[in-house]
Amino acid sequence: MNQPASAYFIEERHDPNETHTLAVLVQNEPGVLARVIGLFSGRGYNIESLTVSETEAQKHLSRITIVTTGTPMVIAQIKHQLDRMVPVYQVVDMTQTRRSIERELAMVKVRGQGEHRVEALRLADAFRARVIDATTESFVFELTGNTDKINQFIDLMRPLGLVEVSRTGVAAIGRGPEGM
Amino acid sequence: MSDKSHDPNQMTGAAMIVRALIDHGVTDIFGYPGGAVLPIYDEIFQQSEVQHILVRHEQGAGHAAEGYARSTGKPGVALVTSGPGATNMVTPLTDALMDSIPLVCISGQVPTHLIGNDAFQECDTVGITRPCTKHNWLVRDVNDLAKVLHEAFYVATTGRPGPVLVDVPKDVQFATGTYHPPRKSDVHRSYAPRVKGDATQIRKAVSLLASAKRPVIYSGGGVINSGPEATKLLRELVEVTGFPITSTLMGLGAYPASGKNWLGMLGMHGTYEANMTMHDCDVMLCVGARFDDRITGRVDAFSPGSKKIHIDIDPSSINKNIRVDVPIIGDCGNILGDILQVFKAEAKKPDIKAWWQQIAQWRARNSLYYKKSNDVILPQHAIQSLFEATRGKDTYITTEVGQHQMWAAQFYGFEEPHRWMTSGGLGTMGYGLPAAVGVQVAHPDSLVIDIAGDASVQMTIQEMSTAVQYELPIKIFILNNQYMGMVRQWQQLLHGNRLSHSYSEALPDFVKLAEAYGAVGLQVTKPADLDGAIKEMIAVKRPVLFDCRVAALENCFPMIPSGKAHNEMLLPEQANDEATARAFAGGKALV
Repeated sequence: MNQPASAYFIEERHDPNETHTLAVLVQNEPGVLARVIGLFSGRGYNIESLTVSETEAQKHLSRITIVTTGTPMVIAQIKHQLDRMVPVYQVVDMTQTRRSIERELAMVKVRGQGEHRVEALRLADAFRARVIDATTESFVFELTGNTDKINQFIDLMRPLGLVEVSRTGVAAIGRGPEGM
Repeated sequence: MSDKSHDPNQMTGAAMIVRALIDHGVTDIFGYPGGAVLPIYDEIFQQSEVQHILVRHEQGAGHAAEGYARSTGKPGVALVTSGPGATNMVTPLTDALMDSIPLVCISGQVPTHLIGNDAFQECDTVGITRPCTKHNWLVRDVNDLAKVLHEAFYVATTGRPGPVLVDVPKDVQFATGTYHPPRKSDVHRSYAPRVKGDATQIRKAVSLLASAKRPVIYSGGGVINSGPEATKLLRELVEVTGFPITSTLMGLGAYPASGKNWLGMLGMHGTYEANMTMHDCDVMLCVGARFDDRITGRVDAFSPGSKKIHIDIDPSSINKNIRVDVPIIGDCGNILGDILQVFKAEAKKPDIKAWWQQIAQWRARNSLYYKKSNDVILPQHAIQSLFEATRGKDTYITTEVGQHQMWAAQFYGFEEPHRWMTSGGLGTMGYGLPAAVGVQVAHPDSLVIDIAGDASVQMTIQEMSTAVQYELPIKIFILNNQYMGMVRQWQQLLHGNRLSHSYSEALPDFVKLAEAYGAVGLQVTKPADLDGAIKEMIAVKRPVLFDCRVAALENCFPMIPSGKAHNEMLLPEQANDEATARAFAGGKALV
């Protein structure tokens, strides 16, 4: 253990990191997103992906889906820290339930001609991506799926003339008839 | 309701603020006026139910409100203007957040149409204070103001207490709207702190306690925050179980220092017996404390052989630093009551005679030993003399931060809760003097002493003026060693005695300074004069600056060196230069 002369105990943690998707139900009020992301930056937690939108307008409820990484102890901390915020109703660890579906939407712009263009279209078909804009030298594909699928598609498009990608980040929901 | 002008609940935002304070039983607030709060000050001027204490700097208002809150169990209230008024509150808000002190801060804001325009004295107050409050609000509509104010008091005082801030633009203060008294629906439905402990966990805890051979109770500020009932129950639990008890800095006074089961404070500058008991115990009951890094020392060597029970109202305190075996989430008082009930019904006092014999051996090391001198006042001796002179009196102690604070914690015996106000988590130099102002406002006839250092006290010395104005006879007992003592100690121990900028050059003459403020200045340099001078200080019914000249280079021991565990404490008798160098060089050699 390396320990420089310090007023603090400097510790190295070796627990492996895990990736978790958290669904956070919050009161939709000014500053609520700033509170949540401020918690992450202030306490040094990671945000891999973040999506937020009002989901129940009448009750002023918004749902924030956060993909984060950390040791199991840190993930537990994140959940507790979120849960104790005043406008937070509920925090559900979608990864821990092992019964959730995660989806992301991406729009992928590819520019090319000839064989590249044909190949891009063929791969898009295989990934069930839709063409939502086209010119004689470009396509914009719309693709929905889990993060891995989208990453894979983007990797395939790269040599075929990838120009730009816009992604929504992960949204998640539990399987079965029960709500969260 | 056809004629709204006769509806007594129709009023301006500024009037609502004063009305809400009255409805929440607030009798004293601490503040400083400015452009964006003038309508509120106008309302304050026209009433007499809420007394306003004018401080000299907004930070002073915040710490005074903290002292008020900590010594009464009621929320402290501060009122500040926009911009610099609000930014000056950041330190006390953070301090209150770290130490779980209920604080309600009302800040003025520029009119709503100017927000975001970089207007004069504008700042993003809710943005700046978001990470240093439990919750905060910007009120844009006067008709939301009553609800928000009531919710603010509720959030500050329930669950794990903490600071809140309500930012009120000037046009909202002027606007007329409808006020309503506090009601349940004012609070977010999402805010529901858990109070009652889980019955299964409580049973598990009791069976661990009943089977313990080497138990210890480790209590913290949460017990004091929970209220007098929790303190009573903690004392009863110690009595019923016969267990030894130690406490954090914030928890001092929950169990009396004169109690036979008291081990003294634990942690970095805790007693040898407290830390060894923690290290070697087999069952630890942590009540309302949070395994802070000043407490645990090296975490991977913290009390390695024990089963740990952790009672805390904040679920995020569980397993944050130390993994525990039986977490119980809820209010300390509530859970202690349940534990006692189950323990009395189903368990017997375990036989821990052997454990107490072991503890007696650790106690015999006399870890708070220091060598008195006839020539120079030892700071430990000064605190002990102060303690003896005030023993049995109705006394409240506040402190600044540093060596004097640790000596105060070690040598001043606290018998009751709410008598000890100190900045534990944030470690705010300059806390003690304004906190003493707040305590004295709450307890006008009590003896209120700020045990201070010469460096800390200068950070908020201007509040002497507040004390003089309101005839608050606070006693500022300065252990003057002409250094930032704790900084100097660390530099000596860890940085080759290179005393970089820790010497207090050009100190003021504290006696003259006191006189300049219209207070009383006393100075003592000789041990023989100390008792008499302390007596004189107590007898004076005016604010006093007491310049107690102490040994300049005294270090605070015992001490857990950095990177070491509880059982590797450095005791004063070992702390000659060579041993000290060795203890700390060990850490360095590993780098």
